[in-house]
Amino acid sequence: MVVFDKPHALNDIPFHYCPGCTHGIIHRLVAEVMDELGIEGKAVGIAPVGCSVMAYNYFNCDMIEAAHGRAPAIATGVKRALPDSIVFTYQGDGDLASIGMAETVHAAARNENITVIFVNNAIYGMTGGQMAPTSLPGQVTQTSPYGRDVKQCGFPIRVCEMLATLDGPEYLERVTVNNVKQIRNAKKAIKKAFQNQVEGKGFSLIEVLSTCPTNWGMTPQAALKWIDDKMIPYYPLGVYKDRTAAAAAVEKEEN
Amino acid sequence: MAKCKLTFKTDNCKGCGLCVDVCPKHVLALAEDQINKKGHHPVVAVNPEACIGCAFCATMCPDCIIKVEKGE
Ligand SMILES: Cc1ncc(C[n+]2csc(CCOP(=O)(O)OP(=O)(O)O)c2C)c(N)n1
Ligand code: SF4
Ligand code: SF4
Ligand code: SF4
Repeated sequence: MVVFDKPHALNDIPFHYCPGCTHGIIHRLVAEVMDELGIEGKAVGIAPVGCSVMAYNYFNCDMIEAAHGRAPAIATGVKRALPDSIVFTYQGDGDLASIGMAETVHAAARNENITVIFVNNAIYGMTGGQMAPTSLPGQVTQTSPYGRDVKQCGFPIRVCEMLATLDGPEYLERVTVNNVKQIRNAKKAIKKAFQNQVEGKGFSLIEVLSTCPTNWGMTPQAALKWIDDKMIPYYPLGVYKDRTAAAAAVEKEEN
Repeated sequence: MAKCKLTFKTDNCKGCGLCVDVCPKHVLALAEDQINKKGHHPVVAVNPEACIGCAFCATMCPDCIIKVEKGE
């Protein structure tokens, strides 16, 4: 009996990611969910600009490459034109939370029926490790060599918390993939985010705390630990919005 | 105990070692005496009989290198 194998929704092409980079785990989880929901044939993925720019090579479904940060706008167009398709974006924090923040916020506010996979590694990976809007206070990057100075550069943005203030979005959850238990939990969240779209519930975003061993200047092992030690305290894991569950709770209270 | 089978896409392994660290039975190691096409020391099973087929290794592997089979 096969206990574990590469999911069908991933092409048989080696990832270009650095050794130990958890982008690969997140790709696999998205593909496993596509397999389990049987949606590969109608899935349309929108790739970002960032290290995952070549995600279009890896997923075995239709893929479109968006201009930097514009993935939610493209996803909106595809979903509205082809409502039977299952549309997801896969975006880094530079893509989603700097140049693409407007697209993110407005797609959430409109409750577009799309799924957003948001890979937060607290840095611009592809371009060599510059400070991102999600880089932690004091974090050393190429553009903050003495550590992020919040007086000069402002504070990191907590995307799930911020979007949770909107009435629009259906589902917002932050997860990570730095150990087996967290990976299983992340998969559940990603599955829910796709299932919500299948059921027509609206905008679901899963923020995944991910590693960038290369630009954090760490071994892959130390990077997994850095998520526990540094990232989770600033970016707590959990569900930030679940409209369906909230409505059910209200209904239960009223009865 | 059910027999388990591990298969590796050795040429694509990046030698990150995440699978080695997560294995509860110390089945895996990076082959210090081998270099694959990518220039990494790839994963090998040094203690395959001890494998319990939990697939923790494959779950942690960012590159889908490991296939795990259990029983018949
Ligand atoms: C319009 C535009 N501005 C800037 C860039 C340069 N650029 C490429 S990737 C990137 C940020 C990537 O960071 P992130 O989205 O966090 O993804 P990661 O590489 O970390 O996965 C930037 C600024 C670009 N390609 N296009
Ligand atoms: S630069 Fe960072 S995010 Fe990009 S592939 Fe390498 S480790 Fe991953
Ligand atoms: S399946 Fe479990 S026991 Fe076997 S090598 Fe992988 S982690 Fe170790
Ligand atoms: S986790 Fe995957 S890529 Fe890393 S050493 Fe193990 S098999 Fe190779």
